[in-house]
Amino acid sequence: MKHVDLLIIGGGPSGLAAAKMAAESGVSSLIIERDTKVGGQLVKQTHMFFGSEKQYAKTRGINIAEILINDCKEHDDKISYMTETTVVGLYPDYVVTVMDRNHKYSKIKANTILVATGASEKVLAFENNDLPGIYGAGAVQTLMNVHGVLPGQDVVMVGSGNIGLIVSYQLMQAGVNVKRVIEAASVIGGYKVHASKLKRLGVEITTNMTVKSAQGNGALESIVVQKLDDDWQFIPGTEEEISVDALCISVGLSPLSNLLSMVGCEMKYVSALGGNVPVIDHSHETTVPNIFVAGDVCGVEEASSAIVEGYYVGLIIGNRLGKTHPHYERLIQDFTQQLDNLRSGPFGEKTRSGLAQLRGEQHA
Amino acid sequence: MRIKEHPILDFKETKKLHFMYNGKQVYGFEGDTIASALHALGIKTLRHSIELKRPRGFYCAIGNCASCNMIVDGTPNVRTCITPLKEGMQVETQKDKGVYNETR
Repeated sequence: MKHVDLLIIGGGPSGLAAAKMAAESGVSSLIIERDTKVGGQLVKQTHMFFGSEKQYAKTRGINIAEILINDCKEHDDKISYMTETTVVGLYPDYVVTVMDRNHKYSKIKANTILVATGASEKVLAFENNDLPGIYGAGAVQTLMNVHGVLPGQDVVMVGSGNIGLIVSYQLMQAGVNVKRVIEAASVIGGYKVHASKLKRLGVEITTNMTVKSAQGNGALESIVVQKLDDDWQFIPGTEEEISVDALCISVGLSPLSNLLSMVGCEMKYVSALGGNVPVIDHSHETTVPNIFVAGDVCGVEEASSAIVEGYYVGLIIGNRLGKTHPHYERLIQDFTQQLDNLRSGPFGEKTRSGLAQLRGEQHA
Repeated sequence: MRIKEHPILDFKETKKLHFMYNGKQVYGFEGDTIASALHALGIKTLRHSIELKRPRGFYCAIGNCASCNMIVDGTPNVRTCITPLKEGMQVETQKDKGVYNETR
């Protein structure tokens, strides 16, 4: 059985960031990634990031992915990869079972494990929601920005959070007609700057509206949308049919935390963090010793915070394995401060309340 | 349909890859996943649901939801959204849970 010091499950922003910091500390790691290449969901994000320069603000997601990947390349002697490989089991004796691209199973044993599996898009319940042509908004972003394939001609976006707004704009950039963005809540969920860009292109964003049903023979042809009152109840007589060949669902993300449940980590359902998340201490260690988490798997946030969490946990794991980064204290302080900054302000409120709930604290 | 022009991204034409879809020869390009190649050809139905046999396409495109599972080179339950397209692949619509083929 292969034996490694640090096994990282997921080669997205937090996994790559952690591998870099661990390598700088002197720890070798193996990154397992089920996709064909590492970079996570950054590889499809053509928009520029916000935040401060420390988290690569004003840089496009696709270029941030390149930066993180190149940073890891500088530690080629310490970081190795298994791509197109899926972790199928995580066990209390620190054995991880994987299935590789040839559908062969093998086991790997690790001294420390970082679960950085990210999150997956939620689904929405409505009649015929399984018709081909109904996709997660992020899935459409992958199809379009990674593979250069259009999801359809006429699209409606369900959900006006940042992903819904950004992907709508990117659909327009790719030449797709975004007929409308609908939002069940009474206010637009994402940043005003993203919403304004869409409005300038003439895309209507309708609040208090959701999709009631989908129709189509074999694939999506039209949807029925309906107005909601402030208690999220359908208002009779407000149905409207819209012909579309693709519908994007952008109603939030759920942490991909199944492996943590499997290995016996104590879990808690925290709605503000996206769903079932592991109980962790300040070093991002779960209740199973030497199993750590970083990124969306321990609470859905932005890629910027996933990167900083990755750096932070990479340092901690190095230290745990007896290899302390030369600038350990300073960097830990720096990353803690960066995370606090990212979570400040009105848009960080949800994360702050979620983290307080996870820690069992009273939230002011 | 494939994107021809894009303000930020540059989609260079890559090598054409021929593959079989339900016994018919079709093609995609290097860098495609099986699902993206099929979608570019206008093929949205990738599998049928196990019980009610309803048509299903991809949903998550990150290899998580199983909505895009197809039979590839005789192996069922292949997540076509994260499986790179290769020359000569045999891709078939999956209509059941998939049968384990011991001879492979």
